[in-house]
Amino acid sequence: MEATREITKDNYKSYVFEKMPKSSHWKNMFWAFVIGGTICIIGQAFIQFYLLWFNDQDASVLASGTLVLIAALMTGFGVYDNIGRFAGAGSTIPITGFSNAVVSPALEFRAEGYIYGVGAKMFLVAGPVIVNGVTISVIVALLTLVFGG
Amino acid sequence: MDTFLMFVKAFLVGGGICLIGQIIINYTHLTNGKILVLFLIAGAILEGFGLYSKLIEFAGAGASVPISGFGCALVKGAVKAAKQDGVYGALTGGLAACATGISIAIVSGYIVAVIFRPRTKKK
Repeated sequence: MEATREITKDNYKSYVFEKMPKSSHWKNMFWAFVIGGTICIIGQAFIQFYLLWFNDQDASVLASGTLVLIAALMTGFGVYDNIGRFAGAGSTIPITGFSNAVVSPALEFRAEGYIYGVGAKMFLVAGPVIVNGVTISVIVALLTLVFGG
Repeated sequence: MDTFLMFVKAFLVGGGICLIGQIIINYTHLTNGKILVLFLIAGAILEGFGLYSKLIEFAGAGASVPISGFGCALVKGAVKAAKQDGVYGALTGGLAACATGISIAIVSGYIVAVIFRPRTKKK
């Protein structure tokens, strides 16, 4: 039998970590793979569709844009969060997860008004993503200029 | 047949990227925002070495739909514009390449927030 340990400030975190359900790890990973893969298949279907009229680059951008739009609507209907509950990273990492991260707080904070509620809270997650993305893209581009990559 | 193979590759690579994300979440308990930024930066750095574009060529939407594809598009756009217009291009190219996605997200987000009512999340 396990002796009762004293819970201190230091070991509390590892204690919680130990007590979290672990059996669901395999299930989590399975659904992340399946849902993530399925969203990419839908994206591929849109790419094939747009390829009828556009070139490779534009078709890919438009397909991602369409996914963003669909995910925004699904978030509005409250469907996307239901998928997210069992899909985990499978619904977070695709571009639809980014869309969900924009729309979800916008919707939630609309009670605080359209300027500081919707307008500001929309960038709760999108802000860090865009800030980091733009910064790193400028740095990489400048490096290629300097080293002539 | 070629098209069918493309769908299989999109599923496997896209699912694989999400699987890696889920494993990281399982072992580190990072929040969603941090995971998004982590994958964005990973995609951006890989594209800095020209690697991520090759993955997109191979797997199509399987590599371009995950957020790492967004990071790749930013870097790709910035580098391409930098080669054309120098420093000015380096500053404008990234956002210009991703303007479509960001604009759609912002506009649809705003419209959804105006039209829909927030739902209480089921516990």
